[in-house]
Amino acid sequence: MSGTSTLLEVSGISVTFDGFRAINNLSFNIGAAELRAIIGPNGAGKTTFMDIVTGKTRPDEGSVLWGEMSRNLLKMNESQIARIGIGRKFQRPTVFEDQSVSDNLMMALKAARGPWRVLVWRPKEEDHARVAALAEQVGLGDQLARKSGELSHGQKQWLEIGMLLAQEPKLLLVDEPAAGMTLAEREQTTALLVELAKTRAVVVVEHDMEFVRRLDCKVTVLHEGSVLAEGSLDHVTANPKVIEVYLGR
Amino acid sequence: MELKPGFLSKNPSVLVFLLVLALFTLGVTLMSEAYGSGAISTSFVKTLGKTLCLCLIAIAMDLIWGYTGILSLGHFAFFGLGGYMIGMWLMYARTRDIVLGSLTGLPPTPQEINDAVATQIFGVVGTSELPAIWSFAGSLPAQLALVVLVPGLLALIFGWLAFRSRVTGVYLSILTQAMTLALSLYLFQNESGLRGNNGLSGLQNIPGLTADQDHLSVWFLWGSAAALALGYLLAAFVTSGKFGSVMRGIRDDEARVRFLGYSVETYKLFIFTLTAVIAAIAGALYYPQAGIINPGEMAPIASIYLAVWVAIGGRGRLYGAVVGAAFVSLVSTWFTGGRAPDLNLGFYTVKWVDWWQVLLGLSFVLVTLFAPKGLAGLVDMVQGLRPPKRGGAPLGPDDGSLQEREANE
Repeated sequence: MSGTSTLLEVSGISVTFDGFRAINNLSFNIGAAELRAIIGPNGAGKTTFMDIVTGKTRPDEGSVLWGEMSRNLLKMNESQIARIGIGRKFQRPTVFEDQSVSDNLMMALKAARGPWRVLVWRPKEEDHARVAALAEQVGLGDQLARKSGELSHGQKQWLEIGMLLAQEPKLLLVDEPAAGMTLAEREQTTALLVELAKTRAVVVVEHDMEFVRRLDCKVTVLHEGSVLAEGSLDHVTANPKVIEVYLGR
Repeated sequence: MELKPGFLSKNPSVLVFLLVLALFTLGVTLMSEAYGSGAISTSFVKTLGKTLCLCLIAIAMDLIWGYTGILSLGHFAFFGLGGYMIGMWLMYARTRDIVLGSLTGLPPTPQEINDAVATQIFGVVGTSELPAIWSFAGSLPAQLALVVLVPGLLALIFGWLAFRSRVTGVYLSILTQAMTLALSLYLFQNESGLRGNNGLSGLQNIPGLTADQDHLSVWFLWGSAAALALGYLLAAFVTSGKFGSVMRGIRDDEARVRFLGYSVETYKLFIFTLTAVIAAIAGALYYPQAGIINPGEMAPIASIYLAVWVAIGGRGRLYGAVVGAAFVSLVSTWFTGGRAPDLNLGFYTVKWVDWWQVLLGLSFVLVTLFAPKGLAGLVDMVQGLRPPKRGGAPLGPDDGSLQEREANE
């Protein structure tokens, strides 16, 4: 159980959309309990990278291996990848607006996912308690019965984070968590992400430098679909190439 | 199906629905010619029984469209197939009885009976061979099993092909419609083995029963009511828990459901097949009351009507689908039955038999535009008159405003 074992190993992936190379020979590793920030200008391939890891997009070449068994993620679809423990938070909050906060969390709660099992599944006392605890954790403890469509933008962000936690993933992919949050909420989010990374891998895609600085973790800089630099934030911001393409402007 | 003790108390609309259905069935029985005053004619009892079957398929449509967001325009194909499967037994067994009754002299061999039955049934399409698909027609249990198996398998295969290639939205609707059309055109051919455009007839006579139509019509009304009640309970069970959450999730954002780890395609296939089976059972109860089935019943327009019923009733709620199907099909019967008085505008006389379809189309457009919740939205309006549910919060911005509990009193 060392924190340095590799959880996700992405090597040499490339993907082309209509002649445009969105990802170009990109390699990326992350350990089982690690916080990592990915930064880069628009169009650097951050979102495409997440799409590949979560199975939404298939790369033209390269490999994506998962866990100690080195399972090939490219052979799995989105739901299988989600079930082995990769959770994803989208940039725009995506919750099921027509359903209550507790329904949203209950659906995300780690449990069997097959239709027959789900059909006969009914929440037990501990499931209700778990949902209540999760809602409390993300500040929605008194909103359980409300339709999530009625929540404010920030509350929806929190609900989605709560759903992610309910899935108990081994790897969390978080796309611009700070977008649309107030300063206080950003601090809360930072603290939560740092706390989560103690027990699992967390990848944060962000282009807000202040936010990345607060995370205080290893940073990977993407540019034109490949890794431009990797290391501490001070290290990469001192890199002349990084300054040229990203920070210099 | 397993019902927890708290199920009905958590779903009060189910209890209300079952009560209304029971009262309706009792009322019709007490006014029928067989068991009551005779205020309701036998043919109208049949109409009501058929309406209950349409309510059942409307529930299936609501599950697949209202809850899961898949606009299937093919569920009447399953309804028709269910009717054909039971119709094969009804026709074969009755013809066999007639053949046996008319024979004189030496006792016939099974082969002779079979040939005589085949000549009777298929003479109309110019053959006297019993097609292979009629192999089990002599056995009621076998045909009852086929009522479920044939449409279920068709839905399973079709759904598997359609969903795994991630066809969605209007393309899927077109695909389901193409399936219905293909099946209907195939059955129109004499070679299909189901008597082509003649269809199956005489289905209102139940072999082995000597009861008259007055009694049979009421029995079928009971059977249809029981099937509708069970279908409603099943649908309420399916939609009430986490499965229902997943269904509505697929309707609203299927990509998000995938990232939660649910295999969306498997769920769609599951619901598509389940609703196809419900539709088939509804059809198997409908056609003995209608007396005749032909491929025209499975034309795509029937499935489009089904969507109209559910939309007018209110999709996404079970009672909405039932109310829509019952209301529209009964009003439709009234208008097209020639009983509605003509509307004289002076310069033009509106004959409802011709204009009913225009009226129906118009109300569909109006409901879609102005009342997306359909007739079930009326229930919301009534409930909206009750005290607001504010969870104990004040009803207004000031400290002195009315509290929730005060408003209740």
